[in-house]
Amino acid sequence: MTAQEVRQIVIDIISDIAPDEDTSGLDDAKSLREQMDLDSMDFLDIVMELRKRHKVEVPQEDYPQLASLNSCVAYLLPKLS
Amino acid sequence: MQYDVIVIGAGMSGLAAGIRLAMFDKKVLILEKHTIPGGLNSYYQRRNFSGGGIRQFDVGLHALTNFIKKGEKAKPFSKLLKQLRLSYDDFKLCPQSYSKISFPDVELKFSNDFELLKNEVFEKFPKQMDAFNSLVQKIDSFNELDLSLGFSSARVVLKETLSDPLLIEMILCPLLIYGSAWENDMDFAQFVIMFKSLYYEGFSRPEGGVRTIISLMMDKLKNLGAEMKFKAPVSEILSKNGKAYGVKVGESEYHAPVILSSIGLPETYTLNNELKKQVSPRVGSMTFLESIFVFDQKIPLNVNDSTITFYNNHSVYEYQKAQGLFDSRSAVVCFPDNYEPLNRSGEGTARITFMANFDEWQKLSKESYAEEKQKVAETALGIVKKFTPGFEGKLLFEDTFSPLTIAKYTSHLGGTVYGSIDKTRDGKTPLENLYIIGTDQGFLGIVGSILSGISLANLYGLMEEK
Repeated sequence: MTAQEVRQIVIDIISDIAPDEDTSGLDDAKSLREQMDLDSMDFLDIVMELRKRHKVEVPQEDYPQLASLNSCVAYLLPKLS
Repeated sequence: MQYDVIVIGAGMSGLAAGIRLAMFDKKVLILEKHTIPGGLNSYYQRRNFSGGGIRQFDVGLHALTNFIKKGEKAKPFSKLLKQLRLSYDDFKLCPQSYSKISFPDVELKFSNDFELLKNEVFEKFPKQMDAFNSLVQKIDSFNELDLSLGFSSARVVLKETLSDPLLIEMILCPLLIYGSAWENDMDFAQFVIMFKSLYYEGFSRPEGGVRTIISLMMDKLKNLGAEMKFKAPVSEILSKNGKAYGVKVGESEYHAPVILSSIGLPETYTLNNELKKQVSPRVGSMTFLESIFVFDQKIPLNVNDSTITFYNNHSVYEYQKAQGLFDSRSAVVCFPDNYEPLNRSGEGTARITFMANFDEWQKLSKESYAEEKQKVAETALGIVKKFTPGFEGKLLFEDTFSPLTIAKYTSHLGGTVYGSIDKTRDGKTPLENLYIIGTDQGFLGIVGSILSGISLANLYGLMEEK
């Protein structure tokens, strides 16, 4: 899987759990929370969807790794490949 | 049978918890004693006095708090929509016109725009302007959703902030009667939740009433394949060495490593042999009566255009167990038709709620029970007339439910509506694997109960892998 594909996986999940959010103009280096109305409940949903759709386990101590799109890709790429 | 999670009770919190768990492929079983879902916010029907036809009523719903406009973010209601993946439009919310707090010499109006209440306070209590602003600041800077909070008195904080006792009473009045398990006071965290829910966000009502909310959640559960059983009263919560592992319904046993109980904290204690040996959480003493009246026409807006009136006939608001059967010195007067001020055709409805006394009702014989209910209805009708001067609609139907009715259908000890005065914010009980959701976890109202079910299902059903 490429970094671009991993990025798209995360974007797809965000679009499903927060359908009102515009994901088109996101800055990959900035924290997702700063750019969208996402709270800790939403991050739990990102984690749960990663498990459900892609069988990826994200333990609680690793939740901070999902802060930005860049960090998501860096963290998830080895797990998804 | 083995499940991932068992939920006891198909009220608002139980249904919401079930949705969250089923959404992420947990094998979940929801057990409900009653024949229909909803719990404290259920519905019923009554045949007309004369002729055919059936009327549908909501049990307790005057208002859905936490109103938001479509697209508003970071609010309790928007969290609920996202977590349950429901759409705003499905709720068909009809916002209130306005509501008011009506004391002998002063009236404070409020609406879904906080500015109205603020201006009313400034106009009627001009000396309290700065104090009211600092109360608002205190509320804004408080994290009421912190699950580790203990009890602190809202009255103490209010007395430190506001110096006019009448203003304190008036602000507290709707918040107490719409959510406090404690007499004459409430926990400050709950006060903040309620202040925001009622005064910042406000009231609406789904078109179709509470059935709309229940059927949205039931459809979701059905689509997710969650298993539900009605007429399935849990007779025992099974545990061994301080760990809950299942429940008993009739002769059947169901096992799960996580059990979420929405039936109330003291009620949960009565179902488990290990918990029965411990000091039981206290049963609250706040219970209510409600009379519902149906008229042959809607009350004209020039007679009364308010949605809910929090009425009190003296300067102190005594929110406590009634001395006799009920306390007619105060009441909540709801005109649900004013959620839809443009629709003036068809029948009109009024709902009047009084504080009551469970023990006094329980003492009555069958005959005097019916007689006393009739007296309540007459008193309530007097209050409707007081707020609808000149209205000459013909009364078609009336119905009154008592604390005994509440106890019968919700199985809440003492007929309480807001549960125990002992809450468990983090949902934990002395038993491992057994958690409390709903009213006795401490989030309030329909939106609060739903968020309670969501939060604790997330915490103990999804985040902690078992």
